[in-house]
Amino acid sequence: MTQPLLSVKDLVIEFPTRDGPLTAVDGVSFDLAAGEILGVVGESGAGKSLTGSAIMGLLDPPGRIASGEIWLGSQRIDNLAEEDMRAIRGKRIGMVFQDPLTSLNPLYTIAQQLIETIRTHIKINESDARKRAIGLLDDVGIPAASRRIDDYPYQFSGGMRQRVVIALALAAEPELVIADEPTTALDVSVQAQIIDVLKEQCTERGASIILITHDMGVIAETANRVAVMYSGRIAEIGPVRDIIKNASHPYTKGLMGSIPTLAQADDRLTQIPGSMPRLTDIPAGCAFNPRCEQVFDKCRTERPFLVPNATCEVACWLYDEAAVKEGKK
Amino acid sequence: MTGPLIKVDKLTRDFDVSKPWLNRVIEREAKQYLRAVDDVSFEIKKGETLALVGESGSGKSTIAKMLVGLLKPTSGTVLFDDQPMRMDTSDDMQQLRKRFQMIFQSPFASLNPRWKVSDIIAEPMVVLGVEKDRNKIGKRVDELLDLVGLSEKDGNKFPHEFSGGQRQRIAIARSLSSNPEFIVCDEPTSALDVSVQAQILNLMRDLQDELGLTYLFISHDLSVVRHMANRIGVLYLGALVEVAESKTLFQKPKHPYTRMLLDAVPDLEMTNRMRKEITGEIPNPINPPSGCTFHPRCPFAEERCKIEKPKLLIAGSGAAACHLVEDGLLST
Repeated sequence: MTQPLLSVKDLVIEFPTRDGPLTAVDGVSFDLAAGEILGVVGESGAGKSLTGSAIMGLLDPPGRIASGEIWLGSQRIDNLAEEDMRAIRGKRIGMVFQDPLTSLNPLYTIAQQLIETIRTHIKINESDARKRAIGLLDDVGIPAASRRIDDYPYQFSGGMRQRVVIALALAAEPELVIADEPTTALDVSVQAQIIDVLKEQCTERGASIILITHDMGVIAETANRVAVMYSGRIAEIGPVRDIIKNASHPYTKGLMGSIPTLAQADDRLTQIPGSMPRLTDIPAGCAFNPRCEQVFDKCRTERPFLVPNATCEVACWLYDEAAVKEGKK
Repeated sequence: MTGPLIKVDKLTRDFDVSKPWLNRVIEREAKQYLRAVDDVSFEIKKGETLALVGESGSGKSTIAKMLVGLLKPTSGTVLFDDQPMRMDTSDDMQQLRKRFQMIFQSPFASLNPRWKVSDIIAEPMVVLGVEKDRNKIGKRVDELLDLVGLSEKDGNKFPHEFSGGQRQRIAIARSLSSNPEFIVCDEPTSALDVSVQAQILNLMRDLQDELGLTYLFISHDLSVVRHMANRIGVLYLGALVEVAESKTLFQKPKHPYTRMLLDAVPDLEMTNRMRKEITGEIPNPINPPSGCTFHPRCPFAEERCKIEKPKLLIAGSGAAACHLVEDGLLST
């Protein structure tokens, strides 16, 4: 087997508080192959953005990686010194954030920002960097790139700004792009365009994408595999089609049913009772057990881990034959 | 047949976006206006849900505010049960105010953090003089809490103790406390997670069946609208471009903009349908394009679309504002 591009092993992220540490991400593991697009979905507070920040080494203190490992190729990157991490961030891992207005510096022109990023990571002179920057803007679909490059961020619309951010993320030809809710701040008609550009440009350059979003529709159109997160843990991970068509985990099933679709007639939406637990009172056993309809004794005491189930992996005791037998007794 | 509950006629609202007086004098600039809502007319029947969809800047929320008298129209009228909506505090306006309420987008900003939930829910009853007896108010609050799926104990808590979905339930309870007939819902679920959104949408539909409510439902999310509305109005740059029965709109959209919007919705069914390339963004509303405001993005645009503004014309069961639809040139 070839080595995965990115490997996250048993990642735990904690926030120390006066009443002891709060575990926001609890034992998340996944691999990402080169060129693969992995979607990470979950509701607010599921830990999806924290996982992304941890990979980029951008966890805001007091949040910290309590245990686990993150490997980029053959290099371990979760324990690197800030300076070494800086050489990776932007160079090998590109980033696209939710709000394009806050991720661009309003006081510099697009040219200055792009050229700075390119020259930080690649040894070329100013005019070559500028040519390259124009090429990048052209690739992400900014019309009249050679003229618009000298504009300031405020002169661009929201969708155009997000294109610029994608160009910035791709400036140093990274192997991995982490996109954290890249289209949430945009209108639907613009969202579709941005997703297309992101996917097309990354595929062309052979970069993998981790696409963090709460919108299952975006994942369905973009990703190869998807990880469904709940309360800081991965509930289910597998190929997008299988998760959408035949979800196994009761949470994924509920989540899929609660999404209104265009095709659906006007019947009631499936609803999951209650809401995601707060970090301070995550229940023992499976975090989803108080909301689950198929809950049995084992779910309340022991935490399920990911086990293979058909093409997916699912963390649910229902898919553990021994546990089910025991529970039925 | 009874008449419509709400009748909106040629509603228009301009906002003054001019520079300050001194700048205008020095730079010799005229006053500038932004037309947020442009000649919008529609009706809502009793017990019906009309949805308005559109992207940011299409005037959805401005229409909502004018409908409940929070904003004065530049021209045009809103009739509620044949009575004109005004912004004064006259007696008949006070009487009218009992009959409609509003639910806002963010349940974090729309509930006073210093008030107990029971006081928040009771406020419309007290202010509008629906009920004066304190015991009866207390009882009604308990009933309302129960109705929206919270418990009576929750009345003594403060808003910060609740999650987003629960807060939106409180906002719904508050809107119901004056026994209104008509509720304007301005993006009621866009701040919520999907599983919670499903709970709130189901609740709103149950309440409608139970209490015979009429909704104006405003959203940017077509799939949510599909789920809630009987009829749908599509807005683009402040003007209605298409009005149709919900089913018809999704099966046979007429206006090119509606088609584009439907194409843009990410597809969960994974049918791998080919979608048409979507181009362009909403133009600046201060200088909208001439003629049909959609023409720079429209794949079917002709010379005529650049010059002449199309009218919203009845076509079949719905209406569309497009020259090509009018002439029957677009296949459905």
